[in-house]
Order: sequence, then C-alpha cells, then structure tokens
Amino acid sequence: MSQIVYHAANTRGKADLGWLKSYHTFSFGSYYNPGRMNFGALRVLNDDTVAGGKGFGEHPHDNMEIISIPLKGGLKHQDSMDNVAVISDGDIQVMSAGTGIFHQEHNDDQHEAVQFLQIWVYPNVLNVEPRYDQLTLNKADRHNKLQQVLSPNKDDAGVWIYQNAWFHLGDFDKGLNTEYELKAKGNGVYVFVLSGSIKIDGQILNTRDGFGIWDIDKFNIEVLENAEFLLMEVPMSF
Amino acid sequence: MEKVEILAVGKHPEIMKTILRLINSRPEWNGTIAYSADEALTNSQTIAFNVVLLCAGLDEAEARQIRAHFKVPIVQHYGGGSGLLYAEVYQALGV
Repeated sequence: MSQIVYHAANTRGKADLGWLKSYHTFSFGSYYNPGRMNFGALRVLNDDTVAGGKGFGEHPHDNMEIISIPLKGGLKHQDSMDNVAVISDGDIQVMSAGTGIFHQEHNDDQHEAVQFLQIWVYPNVLNVEPRYDQLTLNKADRHNKLQQVLSPNKDDAGVWIYQNAWFHLGDFDKGLNTEYELKAKGNGVYVFVLSGSIKIDGQILNTRDGFGIWDIDKFNIEVLENAEFLLMEVPMSF
Repeated sequence: MEKVEILAVGKHPEIMKTILRLINSRPEWNGTIAYSADEALTNSQTIAFNVVLLCAGLDEAEARQIRAHFKVPIVQHYGGGSGLLYAEVYQALGV
C-alpha cells in the first residue's frame, strides 16, 4: 500500500531578509517544524530568490550533497577548491561537501533577481573528498518526457552524487500522462511542481506544491495544465 | 536560566569555529568544541553537556568512542552554516 505526504506551497516556511526571499519545504535556518524535517534522504528543498547584486557570503558545508537548479537568471559560485562558475537556467550544479568546503554564491546580475532551487541530500558515505560539478542540460529533452538530471552513477545521464538518488525534470503539455517507475527498492519520490498543475494518486498539485510518495513501484502523473516539475527519488532509509 | 550545553566534535578548524559561533549566537545555548574523541571525553569531566554534535572528519572509531561515553543525545551534524544546526539541536532536545 503506497504512502503519501502532501505539502501545499503556502505551508512552507518563509525567510525574508530583504535581499533573499526563501521558501523552505523542510525545516531550515530559523524555520523549525518537527513534522517537516526531511523526506527520506532529501533534507532541504529551498526555493530561493536573491536580489540583484546580492548573495550568500562565504560559508561552510560538510557531509552533504548540494544540488542547485537555477530557474531564472545567473548564479555565481566560488569555492575553496578554486572553482568559479556562473550557472543559469538550464544548468544543474552539484557539490559533494564531504570533509568540508567553503563557498559563496551571488546573483551574477546587478539588477535582476535570480531564482533557484537549492536541494540538500544526505550522503551515503561520510567524509569524502569534496567535489564540484556542473552541467548544461538540453531543455528540449524534457518536453513531454522525463529528463534524468542526476543519478548515483558517474557514467549515467546528468550529474551524480554520493546517494542512491535519481532526479528527473519534466515539461509537459496539458492533457498528457506519464509514468514514473522507481529505480530502487526502498526509495520514495518527492515531486515538486515548478509551474502548472498535475495530479498524482488523486492529489492535485499546483505551482510550488510538494508531494511525496513511497512504498510503491511506479505511479502515474496526469498533466492538468501545462506543467514543469521535478521528481526527486531518494532512499527513505539511509 | 541555565544554558543548554552543546559539545561539537570535529576535525576541520574553520568549520568548527563557524559552528561554535552559530551555537553561541543563541543566548540560551553555550558551545564547546573538541577536535578529537579524547578531547571530548576530557571536556565532559568539567561540563555536563546536554547534546553532542558529531561533525566533519571524525572517523568511525572516534564516533564509536563518543557514543559509548556520552549518555545524552548524540547527533550527526551535517554542516551548512546555520541551515540545519538549529533544527538538529532542537530535535535532539525534543523541542
């Protein structure tokens, strides 16, 4: 029997620092909700908007797989491994923080806001050597099909992380259906709607709603309105 | 009001300093850092800790040593500035 959890967009935690507006699906920073700590190995799903010319100063990370997906604008990354890069809509960035890394992220534009998702996944191994990677995705490859953008395998499509996780992006036209078959037993899938409207297991999901489903081998996604969404398959126990 | 005593044990000096600063930014918390299991055990002779955080760089043997010694909640801390720290401690304290 499948299990589900539904997180309406307006139930997320919110931080408004002026230059940063962030919505937290799970407890983060000063938002603490013991009932919203994680979905399996998925620990952080932040929906961030950073004002022009602003950003996060240097701060540390360790023992976490950190995935950034820009939705609008460009995000400049700089880290203690001497990586300097700008990622923008269509790119995906991954950092395995391992034994420890310092980095900073800033809006690459002085005027226009940048929007991006920051996603943290618990790793399946601690204290690895830190690593950084980024990839430009072909957005056409997700039109009316699921595009794999992350996996545990170095030679598979998308970026890779130290966890038995797979991420897919989809950009579907109204009226279509698609099926997602889980890759690994014991995994669940957290669905985050970027725009539009879909239905899964009887639950209608609109823009920025989240929905987790587990104890299931596959499920159907019905597209009610043109929709972009992210599927994050992660281990439920780790 | 008595402060919550938090011990953070890890190997990365810069990260440990950041963790200490973040812990002590909360008026109701007091942080202590240790760079090894032995140092953590020594600290426990003078401070009654409420929570122990296992931070980056500790190997399994040292983590085991700490788990065997302390009878308070022991949490694996996953670093990321203040992102997870507060929730980890609140959860350990049963808030």
